[in-house]
Amino acid sequence: MVRTFKRGGVHPPEHKQLTERKPIETLPLPKRVVIPMAQCLGAPAEPTVKPKDAVKAGQRIGEPKGFVSTPVHASISGTVKKVDLYPTAVGARILSVEIESDGKDEWVEGIDLESREVDFTRPDDFLPALTDAGLVGMGGAAFPTHVKLKPPKDVKVDTLILNGAECEPYLTADHRLMLERAPEIALGLQILMAVLKVDRAYVGIEDNKPDAAATMRQALAGTLGVEVAVCRTRYPQGAEKQLIKSLTGREVPPGKLPMHVGCVVQNVGTAFAAFEAVARHKPLVERVLTVSGRAIREPKNLRVRIGTPLSDLVAFCGGAADDLRKLIFGGPMMGKALRFEDVPIVKSTSGILFFDREEAAAVREFPCIRCGRCVAACPQGLVPCDLGDQAEHGQYAGFADALDCVECGSCQFTCPAHRRLVHLLRLGKSEFRRLQKKG
Amino acid sequence: MAEPTTPTTEAAPAPAKSAAPAEHRLLVTSSPHVGTPESVPRIMHTVWLALLPAAAAAVWLFGYDALLVIGLTVAACVGFEALMLKARGLAWDEVRHLAFDGSAIVAGVLLAFNLPATAPWWIVLVGAFVAMGLGKHVFGGLGHNPFNPALVARIFLVISFPTQMAVYISPVDSFTQSSAERLELDLAEFDGQTYATPLGRLKDAVRAQADPAKVEAIRAEVAERYPVADLFLGRTGGALGETSALALLLGAALLLWRRIITWHIPLSFLGTTAVVTGIAWAVHPELYAEPLVYLLSGGLILGACFMATDMVTSPVSRTGMLVFGAGCGLITAVIRLWGGYPEGVAFSILIMNALVPLIDRYTKGRKFGETRRAAA
Repeated sequence: MVRTFKRGGVHPPEHKQLTERKPIETLPLPKRVVIPMAQCLGAPAEPTVKPKDAVKAGQRIGEPKGFVSTPVHASISGTVKKVDLYPTAVGARILSVEIESDGKDEWVEGIDLESREVDFTRPDDFLPALTDAGLVGMGGAAFPTHVKLKPPKDVKVDTLILNGAECEPYLTADHRLMLERAPEIALGLQILMAVLKVDRAYVGIEDNKPDAAATMRQALAGTLGVEVAVCRTRYPQGAEKQLIKSLTGREVPPGKLPMHVGCVVQNVGTAFAAFEAVARHKPLVERVLTVSGRAIREPKNLRVRIGTPLSDLVAFCGGAADDLRKLIFGGPMMGKALRFEDVPIVKSTSGILFFDREEAAAVREFPCIRCGRCVAACPQGLVPCDLGDQAEHGQYAGFADALDCVECGSCQFTCPAHRRLVHLLRLGKSEFRRLQKKG
Repeated sequence: MAEPTTPTTEAAPAPAKSAAPAEHRLLVTSSPHVGTPESVPRIMHTVWLALLPAAAAAVWLFGYDALLVIGLTVAACVGFEALMLKARGLAWDEVRHLAFDGSAIVAGVLLAFNLPATAPWWIVLVGAFVAMGLGKHVFGGLGHNPFNPALVARIFLVISFPTQMAVYISPVDSFTQSSAERLELDLAEFDGQTYATPLGRLKDAVRAQADPAKVEAIRAEVAERYPVADLFLGRTGGALGETSALALLLGAALLLWRRIITWHIPLSFLGTTAVVTGIAWAVHPELYAEPLVYLLSGGLILGACFMATDMVTSPVSRTGMLVFGAGCGLITAVIRLWGGYPEGVAFSILIMNALVPLIDRYTKGRKFGETRRAAA
């Protein structure tokens, strides 16, 4: 049975054929890395190294500040060159640590890069290991994993959902990871289940990746309580609330979190990182991502050290085409367009897209003709065209209703007038929150 | 937060093999970065293409005069649209772009479809001016008009020039026959009267209900003169584009297939009219015709498939569309059965247009995760 959410959604052209058959390649060790201290949806870490310090790969170089914060680690061995503000993929300059490689790739003691041993008799060790490893959600939102895994006492979680939907067009990193690292992801899943003390889990995979579903099924054969569930290829199948609805039928009420309906959703990449954190004591210092689009000569799936400059990836992928017009960090639906700056790869970078003139064609905006397609496409049941009008007129009261907008972009994708609806909704929500704070 | 600037050489030394030549001018916009190939002009141009079968039928039925009326109306609408865009202060290249976005063409074809073949040129010009001015640009142009522009013009003309707007002719004998020629023949044939539409005759029957013999005579005449097959093909009198149900349904099928309209408004519109006229017919079969006659006569199919479905002036949600269509169907049936006019499609759509903001407000769907929508 193919599962899906019922309301809204769109089906953009997938463009996954550019990379879906390409095995993950490991990017050569970068000569230098720039590691931002703010890499999670929470408080930035505080740097614990200074220029000229020698560091090893996996060494902690940033201490978390508070509960909703994660530590940051060196991803290569070498010398700290500078601790300063560096341009990053979020657009702003962020306090970062620049490390110059010594070319040796020495790891700190205690990290065993080959180990596959997970001691399930000591599940209480898991959460501290994940917290120390600096795990964040690797689907793109970068929410600290340990926070999700530690729900408040009064909340009862009974289901873990592993998100392998990868509903963003172009991106194939999760797909390749599931094909190539299914046994490790399976162990990661069991680690996360043990931390949450749940006996039920789903792995949600869109039906455009039947090979990944088959591989995951094989890896999880005999694991009690786990179901690999095939979902319809429909954007945003991989949005937390939609995936929960597809798999369990539960709807997260407005303003609530997945845990309030007993669910915790983690990306398959996060499960793999959880396995590495527990079995190998290896912190989150590298990730798999997709480099794609028509304006990069050789699209690839890459394993990349955190902090690697974008230019290294571009060079390894044969360079950017001359008619490069748009550079996107993330997927085409929710990713962020950048000016070409040599920004570093961070924990949440799921893909980098190079769009040529045709892919990035600027289309003419028309007035809303009230066709209602955005209303039909909104998975949250909002009326995006009206909200857009309100934001355009500087009226934000109606946005009390719209705080559940996840900015998935379905409305704008389907809009024949090509209105910048997501921008208007973002503006409306932030203005509403600001006015509310002012009282 | 520091302003993002180009990194200094020290902060980010450009690697020797940098793939970022200085001439890359990157586009920075907010997400999403992909969109539908559909566009407003594509939708509008498809709508008038979908009206072509009915336009061809009009020419087949009413001769070359139909072609002249349609051509003049479209040209006038596009011309007035351009003038009004210019009057609103737009630059000429903008005006050129927007006047040909297809929406003025659609309004022009629809207005022509609401005129008789005998319509004089000045009626066409007045109608086009009213459609584009009162119907559209006084509200701010495309997307902002509460009422369907073509229908605003039609009602304006019907009320202002009732005589000229009611001069219908029988189908012509050949393409080369002018409407004036056909009108002469009609007047000779019907004792100095112009061609009567089926709905007009049915209204005559209702008006004569005190005299059962007369009612029976009219009903017999309607049954003989307007067989259902002719009504379906359009071989009857009426406004240019409204008579051929077959041609209109072909065009509607194109719009459904291209997902420019959904079934919600046409079906609820036609369904409600069928149900209400059906009840009237069941109760008073001697006075009212069977529902199929009402469905195939007058502007019902044209209105339900092409004018009530005008996106700008109809609700945005599926539920809202059903309510809107049902309201149109109910008002149409009520006017046709009991009102002063034989035809009620135009009034019904305009009345429901006025209610669209209200319908939109009360048919907002349940938000995701809500157990019950709070009262609006």
